[in-house]
Amino acid sequence: MSAPNKSGWKPEMNASGDGMHANGSDGPVTATGNRALMLEEPLLFEIGHMDETGVDLPDPRSDASNRLGGFDRSEPIGLPALKEGEAVRHYTRLSRQNYAIDLGLFPLGSCTMKHNPRLNEKVARMPGFADVHPLQPVDTVRGALEVVNELAHWLIELTGMHGVAMSPKAGAHGELCGMLCIRAALEARGDARKVVLCPESAHGTNPATAAFAGYQTEDIPADKDGRVDLAALKARLGPDVAAVMITNPNTCGLFERDMKAISDAVHAAGGYVYCDGANFNAIVGKVRPGDLGVDAMHINLHKTFSTPHGGGGPGSGPVVLSEALAPFGPLPFTAKTKDGVVHLVEEENAAEFDHTQAFGRMTAFHGQMGMFTRALTYILSHGADGLAQVAEDAVLNANYILRSLEDLLDAPFGPSGPCMHEALFSDAEFGGGLSTLDLAKGLIDEGYHPMTVYFPLVVHGAMLVEPTETESKHSLDQFITAFRNVAERAKAGDDALKQAPYYAPRRRLDETQAARKPVLAWNDPNLS
Amino acid sequence: MRYLPLTDTDRGEMLAKVGASTIDDLFVDVPEEARLSGPIEGLPMHASEMAVEKHMRRLSKKNLAAADAPFFIGAGAYRHHVPASVDHIIQRGEFLTAYTPYQPEIAQGTLQMLFEFQTQVARLYGCAVANASMYDGSTACWEAVAMAGRVARGKKRKVVLSGALHPHYAEVVRTMAKFTEDEIADAPLALQPQPDNDGLIARIDENTSCVVVQYPDILGRIPDLAKIAEAAHEKGALLIAVNTEPVALGAIQSPGELGADIVVGEGQSIGVGLQFGGPYLGLFAVRDEKHVRMMPGRLCGETRDAEDKRGFVLTLSTREQHIRREKATSNICTNSGLCALAFNVHMTLLGEKGIRRLAAENHRLACHAADRLAKVPGIAVLNDSFFNEFTVTLARDAREVVRTLADRGILGGVSLGRLYPNSDGLDGALLVAVTETTTEEDIDALASALEEVLS
Repeated sequence: MSAPNKSGWKPEMNASGDGMHANGSDGPVTATGNRALMLEEPLLFEIGHMDETGVDLPDPRSDASNRLGGFDRSEPIGLPALKEGEAVRHYTRLSRQNYAIDLGLFPLGSCTMKHNPRLNEKVARMPGFADVHPLQPVDTVRGALEVVNELAHWLIELTGMHGVAMSPKAGAHGELCGMLCIRAALEARGDARKVVLCPESAHGTNPATAAFAGYQTEDIPADKDGRVDLAALKARLGPDVAAVMITNPNTCGLFERDMKAISDAVHAAGGYVYCDGANFNAIVGKVRPGDLGVDAMHINLHKTFSTPHGGGGPGSGPVVLSEALAPFGPLPFTAKTKDGVVHLVEEENAAEFDHTQAFGRMTAFHGQMGMFTRALTYILSHGADGLAQVAEDAVLNANYILRSLEDLLDAPFGPSGPCMHEALFSDAEFGGGLSTLDLAKGLIDEGYHPMTVYFPLVVHGAMLVEPTETESKHSLDQFITAFRNVAERAKAGDDALKQAPYYAPRRRLDETQAARKPVLAWNDPNLS
Repeated sequence: MRYLPLTDTDRGEMLAKVGASTIDDLFVDVPEEARLSGPIEGLPMHASEMAVEKHMRRLSKKNLAAADAPFFIGAGAYRHHVPASVDHIIQRGEFLTAYTPYQPEIAQGTLQMLFEFQTQVARLYGCAVANASMYDGSTACWEAVAMAGRVARGKKRKVVLSGALHPHYAEVVRTMAKFTEDEIADAPLALQPQPDNDGLIARIDENTSCVVVQYPDILGRIPDLAKIAEAAHEKGALLIAVNTEPVALGAIQSPGELGADIVVGEGQSIGVGLQFGGPYLGLFAVRDEKHVRMMPGRLCGETRDAEDKRGFVLTLSTREQHIRREKATSNICTNSGLCALAFNVHMTLLGEKGIRRLAAENHRLACHAADRLAKVPGIAVLNDSFFNEFTVTLARDAREVVRTLADRGILGGVSLGRLYPNSDGLDGALLVAVTETTTEEDIDALASALEEVLS
């Protein structure tokens, strides 16, 4: 393995823990607070101009007509401006305080931070996609509808399902869409079931979504191998259970071996199976959820199909649906007729397309077109063969991490067999009162974004590492070296970790104070 | 495959390390009968960058881009000029390829940007606090309705919708209300020069949790929010103001200063672009800080680090799904971060002076268009008041007229028949939006084409 940093410094060199020499410098305190390329940047409100603008627009004419109905805004709004050069500099300086996939491996389990191909960005900006209005006459947007339809076709084929609702705006929105399809299907047969079962390892969105859709949620226990306890699930099924929400591969990074048996049992009891597809990237091209009895599953285009995460969105969460649920999918959607024409199916022509049972509308327009163009570009680039390779390499990389660290860290499910696309560890062997959080902050000093921490909840001090398929072996080896260094310090109870990070743009931030007395907008200190 | 860096040699070495003889050994938990033996049939194989770009360009060319036609379409999404530097900044990898800022020490760029964004939105809306964004205006509108239910502690179940709320927004609320069992009191849209403020007020009662009013409304008219706020508050209901055109708030009073309790809207006009409907940018703000803990979505707050330097973190997360699970204020996790950045940058370039000038220019051109269209035989302008979008009534079915205009290369507005396919009496109405990107020549082209089409 190669050294994590060829210059040869080690964190211990400056890890005095006294906070006096942050950012790895023993040199002088600077007047600016900057440390060479580590640059401080004020808020826009501290540097902006109230009487200037960075956009050239004509001055309002004094004789202009006014049809605002007497609602003119006369009080100052309070929006400062920067000239273009100042703005570019402000945001460029801010950008340098961010970690990003473009800078290095980003092992956030379940979030799937893989390389974002730039062709996708180029395509999304083609005028025929970026500069078309959702309410243009359909004859002027047939190409856009073809994109939606072509992507829909891929999603259906890759999952072995019957239909797809393309409009949900993100994974959680897709979950809601799927659960509303289930509720509509149950209501259509006059069956008012009230309970949704979620594994205790489920992501928080699952119970939150079920509650938003009007259901009570109950936990299903996990077995010792980190999977749904099939016997416990079967015992709980009954005429009050509307659906089971299962993540597969699950949040422990394991494939639910009994998925088909679970689906069969749920169906036999009259319920539906919702699959959280957050981890579909581990199995795309290898197995189709439809073949395992899934009725609805959202696909995070920003995970499996690599649309950029953008610092927290936008996402996109199309939902694939089984034959039983497809008739209840929301409007609008696209449909291709035998003549090859792709149609936009909305409220007015739903009957023509035999879709009169739609449960309604999830959003104003047609979904995340900008994400569809990127995802389709990604899919066409990989093809059916490349997508299967994506899953294989993602799983191989995760297992490589698992087997390279399990001698050092507790891997609760390591002994039971291979993982899928992410490796799960616990804090069981840490010394000196150190926590998962301390290890995570230590990784920041090593130049890495930490893995997902404290999730799933079923493992103490969980660390969920997802390398993705776009990391090379060399990149994984570097990461493993860094991780082992921090893990060894955590096991040895190295107290200096409690103050990490030392070398980031900020030391640990006081989240308790932020929540106790929230400051959520800038207030001019000169005015208060 | 150009995106996959592992070589076959790497794969061999790594399989050996993990103790597997083939890759299939790692998929051993997938039941063998469900495992696919090769690429799914009927789907194409991988393709070069050049080939994929060519395919996508061909699809792109089948669409008529807004810039290539006189363009008057609005109804919830507006074409504005976005400065080139906005797209440059949002394509910086440190913003584009970052995740939600869960590790604040290495995400101050995104967090400070969100803090600036929240402040800009709060000020534009005349509110105390805005969140870090929602999916889009329509989902933000539903989340506001859900929040009003929480404020009323579930004791008030009636939601009064203005008849002039964007029909898609109303449909999202109606869809969700079916499942939450809220009672929706809406009214048909009537083609009148002024919004029916009194009719709306008459529908508010003691059981009303909130009143939802679009400002300016779907026909472009500007309702009297202060009057509606007073009436709502008298009955203990919240006023939710919905704005689909943030540029308007550079010219007309903010909903917050007029008494709206929750202000939501679509932020797409500032920085984001049309993009065939998404991704867009949901804006969400509350006038009074006392409602902050009831809000959905992420909030960025100021704090200090261990060396007492100012920094920013996501805060009040005990409202959110990853902590509260089924008791969360919303199931939302991903928001619209990169669109929020685009808004933030564009608004920073505009500033106070720029947003006011932009609004004035939109209004000037819209007034000019209304005057010009009013001279066309067979056309009447409906609105008494408007900002940059107004309604005209035609002597013919506006849907056909829009299609005929499109055949002549003019994207001439949105027919109400398209937005309200099942309503009577709206067939002749056409929404016309005018922004700073519209030229006087475009307006002449539309008017001349309408003269011919309607004669």
